[in-house]
Amino acid sequence: MKRILVGVKRVIDFNVRVKVKPDGSGIVTDGVKLSLNPFDEIALEEALRIKERGGADEVVVATIGPADCQQQLRTALAMGADRALHVVHEGTIEPLAGARVLLKLIDKEQPFLVILGKQAIDDDNNQTGQMLAALWQRPQATFASKVELTDSTARVTREVDAGLETLEVDLPAVVTADLRLNEPRYVKLPDIMKAKKKPLESLPFADLGVSAAARVKMVRTEPPAQRQKGIMVKDTQELIAALRKRGALQ
Amino acid sequence: MSRVLVIAEHDGTRLNASTGKCVSCAAAIPGAEITVAVFAVNGAAVAAEAARLAGVARVVQVDRAENEHALAAVLAPQIAQLAASHTHVFGPSTTFGKDLMPRVAALIDAPQLSDIMAVDSATRFRRPTYAGNAIVTVEVDAGTKVVATVRTASFEAAATTGAAAIEKVAADATLPTHTRFVGIASARSDRPDLQSASRVVSGGRALGSADNFKLIYSLADRLGAAVGASRAAVDAGFAASDLQVGQTGKIIAPELYVAIGISGAIQHVTGIKDARTIVAINKDPEAPIFEVADIGLVGDLFTVVPELEKLLTA
Ligand SMILES: Cc1cc2nc3c(=O)[nH]c(=O)nc-3n(C[C@H](O)[C@H](O)[C@H](O)COP(=O)(O)OP(=O)(O)OC[C@H]3O[C@@H](n4cnc5c(N)ncnc54)[C@H](O)[C@@H]3O)c2cc1C
Ligand SMILES: Nc1ncnc2c1ncn2[C@@H]1O[C@H](COP(=O)(O)O)[C@@H](O)[C@H]1O
Repeated sequence: MKRILVGVKRVIDFNVRVKVKPDGSGIVTDGVKLSLNPFDEIALEEALRIKERGGADEVVVATIGPADCQQQLRTALAMGADRALHVVHEGTIEPLAGARVLLKLIDKEQPFLVILGKQAIDDDNNQTGQMLAALWQRPQATFASKVELTDSTARVTREVDAGLETLEVDLPAVVTADLRLNEPRYVKLPDIMKAKKKPLESLPFADLGVSAAARVKMVRTEPPAQRQKGIMVKDTQELIAALRKRGALQ
Repeated sequence: MSRVLVIAEHDGTRLNASTGKCVSCAAAIPGAEITVAVFAVNGAAVAAEAARLAGVARVVQVDRAENEHALAAVLAPQIAQLAASHTHVFGPSTTFGKDLMPRVAALIDAPQLSDIMAVDSATRFRRPTYAGNAIVTVEVDAGTKVVATVRTASFEAAATTGAAAIEKVAADATLPTHTRFVGIASARSDRPDLQSASRVVSGGRALGSADNFKLIYSLADRLGAAVGASRAAVDAGFAASDLQVGQTGKIIAPELYVAIGISGAIQHVTGIKDARTIVAINKDPEAPIFEVADIGLVGDLFTVVPELEKLLTA
């Protein structure tokens, strides 16, 4: 069975304007819309397209998260994933521990390809895929904007600072998705109904033998420094004058 | 004492400006002893440049044929060997460092702090989360080895007045062959580099086509500026992907940033918050970009930009 494993995380929706709690203990989460991490939707979409092209037999999504994040797994199933794994864990988990959990799931599922998002847009860590590849002792191709598979290799185009880099990696490998890899499909209502019958397996975190102990302590959360209120100018001449006044133009 | 290992970013012949910024970040740790590591095929020229960075105590030059293309899977085991004698391992928060450092962290079983923007102490740092909307102070226990990427826009590059000793080191780590470099397509130009330019002119979806995007290039040339773009402009094919500014593109801190036909989504704004002066040109007076702009002009870019260019030429 040629299987692709996709890691997905539930995060605060990217459209929400995140607010910091006045006591500095974190951010306001009450009543805030939660969604699949946008990069993970792209990761899943890529896996589905590979399967639809005949490059894989099964797409399995996995998440580590609290009991109520099953809703996001159902969304992933409605998009087209065949099965879902839910490692139930309340509270945050550091990327290295998350990677260790995903490695356990790799042991269990034996995928030939693992696709993750390049970063989760809550903590903006951008670490898990690289860590997983290191622990698994397999190749990584991060920030992918194109993935082409053969039986034993993946040719991946990566969005890097200098342009578009292409790597060839032996399979199995970890790929992390960048924004331009694809445009995820919309979920249709009948698919949501169908997804309710798809297998969703819950695994207690404690059963995996991975420590969830945090090594990085969150001391305080603050809003970013605010920029001074600017001015409006009415035409280009005023604009140039204002730039000169600020010393931004000679 | 803190012994910080900084991983140099370079193209084989020149040191990237990001390394000087990592050195400044490392130097903000009280009493830090800083080593810069250069992994290359023949790193002599790059190591010589690194040795001139003020505050660097030592440069280690690791030459191996496998180091030609800076592959994370190849560099990480070599860095892990050097990391044993250090308390901190820093790399830049560029695509090079973002790709590489977590692989190092996993190999040495250390937590990673991404995008550090301020140093409070050897164990306490600040970093942005939620696209820069929440700044978190994070702390590790004394004695915990720290791997970090440094948000380059938050630090000035170290001066080039140093004269550190260069030491050639043989790394004998076994290196994988499962990852192979095929090629790189870069739209290299003689324009200033987006990441280090003092002026940047960026265009958004409003430009409407790659052809119209020439307006941005033309104004940028007039100002001696680098060109940037919003995600929407890149997605639509008006500009190359390496020009994207924002949460998932480049985080920049130029003296002058001019946003043209860009709405100012949080994911874009997080990439420009440290610019000295932000100018916004947008036909919608309600566009959120005006909330962060120092100078705002409401107008149609197709009349404003040519007019501006004319005034700058006069
Ligand atoms: C996970 C994630 C990551 C993202 N990362 C990034 C990122 O790194 N960088 C980034 O930029 N975006 C990023 N985005 C996308 C971001 O949310 C916005 O969609 C994007 O920035 C919008 O680009 P824009 O401002 O060019 O387009 P729009 O939002 O469509 O704005 C176009 C603007 O042009 C103005 N306009 C139209 N015609 C004219 C005219 N003739 N003259 C003057 N003004 C005119 C309009 O009033 C409007 O304000 C990300 C999104 C997600 C979900
Ligand atoms: N709790 C989680 N459960 C499943 N996958 C995760 C989890 N956290 C992170 N990932 C995956 O790792 C990617 C990178 O996350 P991060 O390293 O936290 O930025 C995400 O886009 C997901 O694909």
